[in-house]
Amino acid sequence: MGLTCQSCGKALLNEQLNIKVGGNEKFIVALAGNPNVGKSTVFNALTGLKQHTGNWPGKTVTNARGSYTYKNRKFTLVDLPGTYSLLANSVEEQVARDFICFGKPNATIVVTDATCLERNLNLVLQVMELTDNIILCVNLMDEAKRKGISVNIQALQEILGVPVVGTTARNGKGLNQLMDKVYNIALGLEKTSPKKPVYNEAIEKEVEHLIPKLKNILDDKLDPRWVALKLLEGDQTILDSINQFLYKNTHKEVVCFYGS
Amino acid sequence: MDPNKVLSPYEVLVSLKDEISKKDHVKFRDDMVSSIYAQAEEISKKVIKKNNTKKYDWDRKLDNILTSKFTGYPIMFLLLSLVFWITVTGANLPSSLLADFLFGIEARLSALFINLNAPAWLHGVLVLGMYRTLAWVVSVMLPPMAIFFPCFTLLEDLGYLPRIAFNLDKLFKKAGTHGKQSLTMSMGFGCNAAGIIACRIIDSPRERLIAILTNNFVPCNGRFPTLIAISTIFIGGTVASKYHSITATLFVCILVLFGIFMTLIVSWGLSKTLLKGIPSSFTLELPPYRRPQVGKILYRSLIDRTIFVLTRAVAVAAPAGLITWILANVFIKDQSILSYIAEFLQPLGHLIGMDGFILMAFILGLPANEIVLPILIMSYMSKGAMLELDSLKAMGDLLVKNGWTWLTALNVMLFSLLHFPCATTLWTIRKECGSLKWTLFAAIMPTLIAISTCFIITQTVKLLGLI
Repeated sequence: MGLTCQSCGKALLNEQLNIKVGGNEKFIVALAGNPNVGKSTVFNALTGLKQHTGNWPGKTVTNARGSYTYKNRKFTLVDLPGTYSLLANSVEEQVARDFICFGKPNATIVVTDATCLERNLNLVLQVMELTDNIILCVNLMDEAKRKGISVNIQALQEILGVPVVGTTARNGKGLNQLMDKVYNIALGLEKTSPKKPVYNEAIEKEVEHLIPKLKNILDDKLDPRWVALKLLEGDQTILDSINQFLYKNTHKEVVCFYGS
Repeated sequence: MDPNKVLSPYEVLVSLKDEISKKDHVKFRDDMVSSIYAQAEEISKKVIKKNNTKKYDWDRKLDNILTSKFTGYPIMFLLLSLVFWITVTGANLPSSLLADFLFGIEARLSALFINLNAPAWLHGVLVLGMYRTLAWVVSVMLPPMAIFFPCFTLLEDLGYLPRIAFNLDKLFKKAGTHGKQSLTMSMGFGCNAAGIIACRIIDSPRERLIAILTNNFVPCNGRFPTLIAISTIFIGGTVASKYHSITATLFVCILVLFGIFMTLIVSWGLSKTLLKGIPSSFTLELPPYRRPQVGKILYRSLIDRTIFVLTRAVAVAAPAGLITWILANVFIKDQSILSYIAEFLQPLGHLIGMDGFILMAFILGLPANEIVLPILIMSYMSKGAMLELDSLKAMGDLLVKNGWTWLTALNVMLFSLLHFPCATTLWTIRKECGSLKWTLFAAIMPTLIAISTCFIITQTVKLLGLI
């Protein structure tokens, strides 16, 4: 085998992460979200795979996988463990972060709970820092309505600069629209312009200082701004993951996690 | 360091990170987190409108009752009792109907074998061995499972299970382990192997191992039918018939509490000796109560759980019935192999208030706890007269005929609650902790506890002259 696309770069990465099984027809969609927002219900509703849904934090530890077809395209949905953040405080958070970061999903759906959106938005903002291909799914709209809470989906979409869909996954409401958005994002038919979180002057100054130094070594594979922020945080786990996935190509551990 | 040496990209990253002092890292991180929170708050203010907050109170009030210091435990106990009571009373009728039906087929099968002039041993192996054990497992296990699982899943769907974890959290902290252990135990009620896989939610390896090693003390669904049947015959049977099921239920509840008590004691012991350490903290969020989806509950509990467990039990029961029949019917001199083994185990059995046949049934039941009782019945029947097992009453008669007393029943239930985990569970433990040493420990430790518990009870009862 010569030095072709098959033996280097993204193709290799995908193969190592053991995700792109079929031909080019398959798109990978990551499903992230806080615990207890009905993430597994969304997963089941989309894939029809009857996997057990528990309703306590930390239940989904290994990620389930299922696929669905929409407009003749096949989408593989990877159900990431439920997390409150991507700060890599726990195994679950690290798994979720590494998958969005290095698994290179074609789109990432972040499922949130309409009844406590504020708490859920932390994760949304963190995922937005990591990837542009994000769709926000505001789930449990029926419960919010019951509690007298209304979410302005349109306004949210404008503020964040990414597609936002309101759903009630348990009775299938809004799922078609969600699949439509995923289709558009994954195929590149719709471009997002996420308004990424801005930090105070001291942090922004440091970030600016770091970005040029990072551009060379990251080789367009990761967002330099995000890596700069992680360096400022002093997050050693992301350095280890970068070393493992970008430079060493030893993916055993992740294959363990993602391989079926 | 050689200034000309080319640093690898990773080393560049590490050096960039190390340029910043530790103190700054902490400050930057704090600033970033609070900035994200502030932005999330700002955004949500713009897009969320709240009309009234009246309905919120309803959730909170319920939580205050369900997780209160005073009412939390009694409610837990009552709900647990209610589930068992529904199972015990509800299972009787379908159980005997199923038994009538399946043993009716057995009679037809026997007739068929006689008509075909089949040799007696073939009839014995296939019909009396395999089919009968299978029919027993199905008729005794299926109804309680079909009732228990949906009830339990209903509690799960309503959002009650996390409240149990919340209530028990303090106790587990005191035992030096993690509050999440109560969740893995809840899973263990369904199946210990599933409970052990659920232990992955515990981050600390020390606490995870404790949770894995003690999960067995929660009776799984393979053992519930045994506990329920014996409790109904021997404990419920001691009172007026009106109170049969209530008494039997209460007793099963007490057994479950005893199992939880053992879990706490053993966890405490392990965390003070072999697995020392400080319990790590965790925040348990109480999820909102949700309206349960009846269709999904039925599907999940009947198809995913009941049929799954039943298939496994049947797959193990059929060959086990066959082997037991052979052991019971192959004679050396004038005694069956089974009797030889039972005779060998008899002294130990007597010491702990049971007999050799019971011990052998537990050992042969290693593949799955579901078949302990069927094996025992098989071996008792092969020893003595054949008996139509169409009801719990007939089973009670058989057991009494073989010398059972309430003490035997109590010991069998305790042994079933505490003894070594089934093969599937052991296999799961081996896979989850990757150590043969701990797997062996997981088998031996509970067995020793079971033997000593039964020993102490039997000797005390005998000493006091209660029997």
